[in-house]
Amino acid sequence: MKVLVAVKRVVDYNVKVRVKSDNTGVDIANVKMSMNPFDEIAVEEAVRLKEKGIATEIIAVSCGVTQCQETLRTAMAIGADRAILVESAEELQPLAVAKLLKALVDKEQPGLIILGKQAIDDDCNQTGQMLAALADLPQVTCASKIEVADGKASITREIDGGLETLAVTLPAVMTADLRLNEPRYVTLPNIMKAKKKPLEVIKAADLGVDVSPRIKTLKVTEPPKRSAGIKVPDVAALVAKLKNEAKVI
Amino acid sequence: MTSLVIAEHDNTTLKVATLNTVTAALACGGEVHVLVAGANAAAAAAAAAQITGVSKVLHADSEAFAHGLAENVAAQVLALAGSYSHLLFPATASGKNIAPRVAAKLDVGQISDVTQVDSPDTFERPIYAGNAIAIVQSLDAVKVITVRTTGFDAAPASGGSATVESVTAVAASDKATFVGSEIAKNDRPELTAAKIIVSGGRALGSHDKFMEIMTPLADKLGAAMGASRAAVDAGYAPNDWQVGQTGKIVAPQLYIACGISGAIQHLAGMKDSKVIVAINKDPEAPIFSVADYGLEADLFTAVPELVTAL
Repeated sequence: MKVLVAVKRVVDYNVKVRVKSDNTGVDIANVKMSMNPFDEIAVEEAVRLKEKGIATEIIAVSCGVTQCQETLRTAMAIGADRAILVESAEELQPLAVAKLLKALVDKEQPGLIILGKQAIDDDCNQTGQMLAALADLPQVTCASKIEVADGKASITREIDGGLETLAVTLPAVMTADLRLNEPRYVTLPNIMKAKKKPLEVIKAADLGVDVSPRIKTLKVTEPPKRSAGIKVPDVAALVAKLKNEAKVI
Repeated sequence: MTSLVIAEHDNTTLKVATLNTVTAALACGGEVHVLVAGANAAAAAAAAAQITGVSKVLHADSEAFAHGLAENVAAQVLALAGSYSHLLFPATASGKNIAPRVAAKLDVGQISDVTQVDSPDTFERPIYAGNAIAIVQSLDAVKVITVRTTGFDAAPASGGSATVESVTAVAASDKATFVGSEIAKNDRPELTAAKIIVSGGRALGSHDKFMEIMTPLADKLGAAMGASRAAVDAGYAPNDWQVGQTGKIVAPQLYIACGISGAIQHLAGMKDSKVIVAINKDPEAPIFSVADYGLEADLFTAVPELVTAL
């Protein structure tokens, strides 16, 4: 079966972003960009499924600006076989991405679609679920384990109180949680090989999808700052502060 | 203009997150209805009718809702969505699972983790792990939102007198089935609702040490126990204790971080706590920049001392 993996180019998770002084957004000019960490986990899982002989081909997909090609090359260095960039200079919100991915799912007919559970820039946690709804497929979000057999997948997901296991018929949409796996490091030979793998570029407009934003960002502000705290010399002083000053115990 | 809150419950009792979501719904203006979709969930529906501010409870009962499968619950919400301007879910594992499915079927955008309602179509939500707050306006007719529970007070669970109306349960999908669950046994307060949280990091060194050092402190304070991602990944603490961008978002009265450096992703989950205490032997640890009271000490001596001193 084919596996489709969606990857997003985001500000690297180690970067401390700053809000622009005109409050129109965060300043992402000249900051390091990387593959969304959850998407790395998604790609890794697809590659492991291929190594187990379950997946036959892995297609990495990204929607966004031209530079997303770098993210797709990373996915191919991890082990994806080919890549598709749906190019759009516009801001793409989760619903638009889900619609673009749906168009590709119709075309490629994958048996499993894996996404990260959320992107660390917009923190939405929506695209996988939206894609499942649009394509009328079952979904398992926040997956920490998957076993595939006989056209079905048994997937364990992280929920608030612990874990739950669901059985879904394939094709299905799964979103990867942190503990699904530990992504491998890409090696230099694989980076070189990835440069030769096919990368197809499609214009978003050619897929006949309405990608207009449904949610307008009016303003982006700094979160309220915490006032500077104090250091206490010892445990006794800490207890005294908590009891008498903060009155929380 | 009427809002529908999708209740989170275990078929008998309502989860507290439902009460926070009702408060957010009331802030949107208009009447607030609550949907209780469950299996033999009459008790949960009756509890929902007692919430102050709720004017009607819709109760859909079917075996298909027993485990809250997204496919089935989303279909039920869609069957009722026609008469509502706002559909609100708590931003819990369950709400996050279902809400986007509903939004996509309605062909509307979804707004995640709302921390404040500015007007019926304008909301505030954190982005970039809480390092920025976006004020966003929905351009769609129906607003589908998930509510960050720590952003809103819980509505009083009694004092209301809503009518309970049974609604026809929609047919279930057979594409996904529930196999089983492993719920961590825990007689402590629920992490997201606890007044005090004691949280441990990688510095604890092992699962045994984590329990040995942190449990007495939690017992003494009647606190919930939390952990950093590093501690969870290393197997010192269970997954559902994780506090942070990818785990639980908490805002207790008192948060005690022991041996936690304070990475951006962890701070995203706890920096709205009223009072933050950090115990760490590294004076440069970023956690000290958000802590109200910092104690620069080895937690293996400081925490037991703290237990004795309390």
